[in-house]
Amino acid sequence: MCSAPEQSAELPAGTDLSKESVLVGKVTNGGSPVGGAYVRLLDGTGEFTAEVVSSASGDYRFFARPGTWTVRALSRSGNGQTEVSVGGPGLFTTEVQVA
Amino acid sequence: MSRQDALVSADWAEQNLDAPNTVFVEVDEDTTAYEGGHIPGAVKLDWKTELQDPVRRDFVDKSGFEQLLSGKGISNDDTIILYGGNNNWFAAYAYWYFKLYGHQAVKLLDGGRKKWELDGRKLDTEVPQRSQTQYRAQEQDTSIRAFRDEVVNAIGTKNLVDVRSPDEFSGKLLAPAHLPQEQAQRGGHIPSALNVPWSKAANEDGTFKSDDELRALYSEQGLDSSRPTIAYCRIGERSSHTWFALHELLGETDVKNYDGSWTEYGSLIGVPIETGDGKS
Repeated sequence: MCSAPEQSAELPAGTDLSKESVLVGKVTNGGSPVGGAYVRLLDGTGEFTAEVVSSASGDYRFFARPGTWTVRALSRSGNGQTEVSVGGPGLFTTEVQVA
Repeated sequence: MSRQDALVSADWAEQNLDAPNTVFVEVDEDTTAYEGGHIPGAVKLDWKTELQDPVRRDFVDKSGFEQLLSGKGISNDDTIILYGGNNNWFAAYAYWYFKLYGHQAVKLLDGGRKKWELDGRKLDTEVPQRSQTQYRAQEQDTSIRAFRDEVVNAIGTKNLVDVRSPDEFSGKLLAPAHLPQEQAQRGGHIPSALNVPWSKAANEDGTFKSDDELRALYSEQGLDSSRPTIAYCRIGERSSHTWFALHELLGETDVKNYDGSWTEYGSLIGVPIETGDGKS
């Protein structure tokens, strides 16, 4: 790690990371955060599970169960996706680049 | 009903922003979305604080709805174009709610806020000033609204369509994956319900799939068109989306939305609940 994990997306009060799996990250384009992107969580079969809009700082957050997920972002500057494997409870961070 | 009566495209909307007797209404869970920028001329409706009774768990009553729409400057002869975030969940809910109170000239903007934004169409922060009207509502049309006992009696006889995600259906989750887990006391689904997540009716950009695709989807999932249908989800907004697809787009005649949905059913004492994927 070259820096402390970015935590601008604060977890809601009451989130218990010893029980819940929380998937967080940023949508970026050429290294810059992309706010207002539509971030879709797709399950291991590619099926839609949830969607949020990234914050001004590009952050998104999902509550997910263990498994393999695809985080797909749609934005005016393009679309992109990344896969993430959630092994159990805890915080999972991943970046999605759009172009 | 048909697609032409119930849906408008973003292109149509853009060309009809100033059309007479046409009112654009944004409906969101997150009302800050409207303040950050909305379709020019659109008024805001807050599904929670304006469409729900503040005390009892129910909708505002007929006179409450009349006051609400009068205050928004909406007349009985206006055509309402609804749109919103969350893939039009709450806009579809408001559509169903307008129909419930007898407002027939109501349409949904295909793709809602998402498509509008992704297309880079104009958004505005100016809040329109509309003069007060004397809106008159009809009594609730309960042919499109299902209540608890009717749902329990529908087990094994009517089509019950659970439009939540597979993990909510099976009982692993009690709310969608982007929300903290809370709500109903027990997880699972109503026995005999089919699980056809609302999202299968929508494209990635939030527009509805074609009639042919929708028809194929529901028949593949085992929906029997000769029987009445009740759709439900967690709080009744995603099931409004499916109610819209079945009743308004495909023209199925007997389709109800169970707005009590899982938060009510999953908290009832003594009713049957099934867990798992429902296929075993």
